Amino acid sequence: MPLSYTIAVIAIPLLMFLFLGLVGVKMEKKLTGILGCIGMLVTTVLAYGVALTYFFGADQGQMTDGVRQAVTVFNPDWLSFSKTLVVRMGIMLDPIAAMMLIVITTVSMMVHLYSLGYMCDHHGHAEKGFQRYYAFLALFTFSMLGLVVATNLFQIFIFFEMVGVSSYLLIGFYYESPAAIHASKKAFIVTRLADLFFLVGILILSFYTNTFDFFGSEVNGIAGMLDNPQASLAQAGTASFMGCSAMAWALTFIFIGGAGKSAMYPLHIWLPDAMEGPTPVSALIHAATMVVAGVYLVARLFPLYVIEQGAMDIICVVGAFTAFYAAAIACVQSDIKRALAFSTISQIAFMMTSLAVSSAGGELIQIHGGYGLGYMASMFHLFTHAMFKALLFLCAGAIIHAVHSNENDQMHGLHKYMPITSFAFLIGCLAIAGIPPFAGFWSKDEILVAAYQKGIGWGIWMSMVAGMTAFYMFRIYFLIFHWKEHKVHTEHAPADQPWTMTLPLIILAAISVVAGFVPAAKLVTWDGAPLHTQLNWTVACTSVLIACVGIGLAYKMYYKENPLPQRLADRYRGLWTAAYKRFYMDELYQFITHKVIFQGICKPIAKFDRAIIDGFFNMLAEVTNTVSFGIRKLQSGSIQAYVYVYFFGALLIAAVTALFVIF
Amino acid sequence: MNGGLTMNLTLLLYLIPSLIMFGCGVYGFMTRKNMIAIMISLELMLNSIDINFVLFNRYLFPDQMEGMFFTLFAIAIAAAETALALAIIINVFRIAKDVDINKINKLKF
Repeated sequence: MPLSYTIAVIAIPLLMFLFLGLVGVKMEKKLTGILGCIGMLVTTVLAYGVALTYFFGADQGQMTDGVRQAVTVFNPDWLSFSKTLVVRMGIMLDPIAAMMLIVITTVSMMVHLYSLGYMCDHHGHAEKGFQRYYAFLALFTFSMLGLVVATNLFQIFIFFEMVGVSSYLLIGFYYESPAAIHASKKAFIVTRLADLFFLVGILILSFYTNTFDFFGSEVNGIAGMLDNPQASLAQAGTASFMGCSAMAWALTFIFIGGAGKSAMYPLHIWLPDAMEGPTPVSALIHAATMVVAGVYLVARLFPLYVIEQGAMDIICVVGAFTAFYAAAIACVQSDIKRALAFSTISQIAFMMTSLAVSSAGGELIQIHGGYGLGYMASMFHLFTHAMFKALLFLCAGAIIHAVHSNENDQMHGLHKYMPITSFAFLIGCLAIAGIPPFAGFWSKDEILVAAYQKGIGWGIWMSMVAGMTAFYMFRIYFLIFHWKEHKVHTEHAPADQPWTMTLPLIILAAISVVAGFVPAAKLVTWDGAPLHTQLNWTVACTSVLIACVGIGLAYKMYYKENPLPQRLADRYRGLWTAAYKRFYMDELYQFITHKVIFQGICKPIAKFDRAIIDGFFNMLAEVTNTVSFGIRKLQSGSIQAYVYVYFFGALLIAAVTALFVIF
Repeated sequence: MNGGLTMNLTLLLYLIPSLIMFGCGVYGFMTRKNMIAIMISLELMLNSIDINFVLFNRYLFPDQMEGMFFTLFAIAIAAAETALALAIIINVFRIAKDVDINKINKLKF
């Protein structure tokens, strides 16, 4: 079978997790880290082999008439409930899966290496729980890889949950800090809530299409849901609920599941808090890989979404709003990781919007003689964003490790002390701001082209958000590395970190520079056929101009210490506070959950449960108890009393029998 | 026919002491506090039953022997049971220093 060694890519992290999780405690801390890195390195090499073979290798069944087909490597039955209801567990490679293999393994490798340095104190002693940390990293990598190569929705769901669990474990890694515990609980509950919708969506979708599989196979002759999207959707017939068709509901529910993981408004509230976890974890899970699972999910079911325009419109609106909302908050945050978290939310919303703007009226929009530009742009942006956002987070980690604080005002003027980190961060900022030739320019440009094609309004909106992106990223950059002289407040002056932490920065920075030249349009398209794109000069020039304006503004306000930002903040005090407080979304959730749901609904239900339901059973127990207590004297333990009762009982029975016999 | 009546009267004469024995056994079993006395009462009851067996066999079914055999069995088993009971009582005495049935109630809890 072609590419059958893909199984190793999935299996090695799993074995690593089991090994480190079970035996790690008995081993030297550093050794577990090194073992984890080696395991990850092997996985990365294999994953690159798989992806490159898939994209460029000799034909192994993946190319038909120049169109890249999905290759199902394995797809054995796992749970057979009935002839049609079969859950399979398999490995399927298609352009986005192969691309995701590269993204996940690259970032994961960098994070594994980086963590060797990060999870140690300044004397090089590994932190408590070092082995557990590496075991969880391996678990996460395994779940994420399993998710992207899934052959069916059910498998995606299972791995979706496992990704959520490993995220929970890693956010709560410092389980002695209450903030981390709250954050991990919050992340788990919010994403679980979204996953409930996802599950309902899966059930509706597979109920009508009679399958969980994306693609059917010749072996069993059952059609998958993506083999013929039109027919799949038509199977629901006229079934509808509250004026929308069943399929629209199903796809919307699945999107909600994805929105939970991808932190779309209003389910974004867990992501900023998730920054309580160790910074490399934020880089791996909450910036580069896990949070794009929602985007990946929508992309996976893209052929269905295209036809179901209603669901697509919802994604479009939610995505565009989230992009702006998160960007606005990112402009005022003082905690570096929180600012980056909101930047992540904004960028992921970019990807979502990009997916959604590729169609109008149930048809893909044609651009440059090709279809599905938005899809390609979204996946391309996913790829480039993973690289530079991981880079930014790892830089942030290096800074935090050096100054022992997350707050901007503890940093300032670090450029002199940490030149390598500073340059790496600058490259990341340039990439995310969309300055050519850095990676972000190429992918964001395609997204903007797709948005303009959908409608001029969408285009202008997204361009504005892109400008804000440039502004807030350079605000962070200038505040950290310039603004004013650094006041050394720790025992060591901050400096560039050891090579284990610096090397990943350099590698990722290099990737961020060149990733834009990856011919994504030829490789990652929705139907596998290469897309011919050309630079749209109008859009490109405008977006660069807007980015430069954003950067210029940030330079003016934050390069040298000056009172301008404070004046502006004072002038628009209300707006500034609202944005700083994240537009009170957390408070709103707090109000709804605590005041409305807990007080208004849960308390009466609890009362009913305690008084009526528990009361009834308590009464049963009480009655039994009282009666038993009353008659317990009967069992006196005195044998003679028993004989007494027995003897006269026997006499009584004999007398009664005699009476019956006589009369 | 007279013989039948005589036979039954003779049977009755034998049954009365057996009944008295059984009554004594029951009374003793319920009133004695000493475990050995209780055991003796038990033996009394058993023996009265044995007498009954023999009597009914002898007078009602003279050409069969089941009652006799059963009595022999019962005597043998009663002997074994007595040995066992005595052993238990001795052990109880060693532990509790007493054979008063009302004080030997620790198994209850």
